Amino acid sequence: MGVTAPETVRAAVDAAYRDEWGQVVATLIGLTGNWDVAEDCAQEAFAAALATWTRDGVPSRPGAWLTTAARHRAIDQLRRDTTGAAKVRQLAVLERVPNEPESEEIPDERLRLIFTCCHPALPFQARVALTLRTLAGLSTGEIAKAFLTAEPTMAQRLVRAKRKIVEAGIPYRVPPAELLPRRLTAVLAVLYLIFNEGYDEQDGRRALAAEGIHLARTLARLMPGEPEVRGLLALMLLLEARRASRTVDGVLVTLEDQDRSRWDHALIAEGVATLDEALAMRRFGPYQVQAAIAACHATAPDADATDWPQIAALYAELARLAPSPVVDLSRAVAIAMAEGISVGLALVDELAESGRLDGYYLLPATRADLLRREGRLTEAATAYEEALELAPTDPERRYLKARLCSL
Amino acid sequence: MKYVFLICDDETTSPSMEEIRTDPAFQAYDTEVDRRGGSFGGARLRPVAAATTVRVRDGETMVSDGPFAETKDFVGGIDIVECADLDDALALAALHPYASRGCIEVRPVWE
Repeated sequence: MGVTAPETVRAAVDAAYRDEWGQVVATLIGLTGNWDVAEDCAQEAFAAALATWTRDGVPSRPGAWLTTAARHRAIDQLRRDTTGAAKVRQLAVLERVPNEPESEEIPDERLRLIFTCCHPALPFQARVALTLRTLAGLSTGEIAKAFLTAEPTMAQRLVRAKRKIVEAGIPYRVPPAELLPRRLTAVLAVLYLIFNEGYDEQDGRRALAAEGIHLARTLARLMPGEPEVRGLLALMLLLEARRASRTVDGVLVTLEDQDRSRWDHALIAEGVATLDEALAMRRFGPYQVQAAIAACHATAPDADATDWPQIAALYAELARLAPSPVVDLSRAVAIAMAEGISVGLALVDELAESGRLDGYYLLPATRADLLRREGRLTEAATAYEEALELAPTDPERRYLKARLCSL
Repeated sequence: MKYVFLICDDETTSPSMEEIRTDPAFQAYDTEVDRRGGSFGGARLRPVAAATTVRVRDGETMVSDGPFAETKDFVGGIDIVECADLDDALALAALHPYASRGCIEVRPVWE
């Protein structure tokens, strides 16, 4: 047997890690019911792959090879410390499984895994961490870094979540039809948070945006009949497409002033196509509406060509499906652009009076922008100053400062 | 798995035992519990005003009036039931009429 070049093997293992990790872990949890054993054995299987594949060549189905290797390790581990009846049962199940699945059709266990990770009985932050660990294969250290948490804290969070799954009896399954809509909403919220955590960042946390898209793609493949999954994927793709142009030299650039030639038009095309597939199923939901709004912006050749009446109508629909003062604020902007600044400004003032957005920097920032467009510069300056106090990031503060200075 | 339902509410209203026995919502819940193999025990508790709390610290027994914790909702009863898993237990707990007026805390039993 010839020796395969180390870089070829390295690339194959990396690709398998990205594509197969979640599947290997999910299958092992399904077989053993033990999350720790599943993770340990998956880790060991990937480590073994590096040596074995160098010697024997990369197998034709790396996922099947890794699952079998992980299963053998689980058998060894359980044999070593078979103490309880539960472990004997797990062992019996493991030993019955044939080495290589006969058909090409390997049952995909990842859906069971993702619905269990995102069960509402787990704290939200734990759902996010567990999804990144078990499905995306991020290490505890990487997850801790991404959420600016100490590694032992994150490790503790994962341990507690896994313990609760076992002790509270959270079932390892795709929920039945009557529970599915709400549980799917919970899963999508976790994926969108993962994407958003990475969206604004330039540094290491950027990886989270890619993980969010990767997980949404996987889920869209596994649940082809769910339009909101496609809606979320489309939304992520359309937002990601204009990420590169959102800041220039560390200063935020608003949609209106972005260099549209720098947008990723391949991603926009994919996002629009994905959205069309979702809309064709004719079961609308908030992610599809948000993706439709993003598509309106992404497909306008320049800012002046933006279809603001359409965007205002979509925000009205979004407010109906998922009411929130943040949506009302966005709708007010769209109305200002479609029907006249003063109409939108009146809506923004109404929102300000309601107090529902107190402390939210985009409220004064939006008021400032509309007042500036109306030529009410003194009031605009006051609003910009107010927004500056509340703005959460440096690029946003730099943008507001520049606006304030140019009044 | 066995679960204990801690049935909680804020005690602003307290239906009589007779009212509970004849309430169709409670009857529906009881029927569902029976269908799943019946209850392993349970009790309705008198209001928290009748509660007394005992603590032993450094060998000294301290008795105080009132509930063990300062919360808005008080445990007003418990039910011990057998369910397939947490989703099953949550579905059953949601049927309990107090889920609509207070809340039901679902706790797995140490077995």
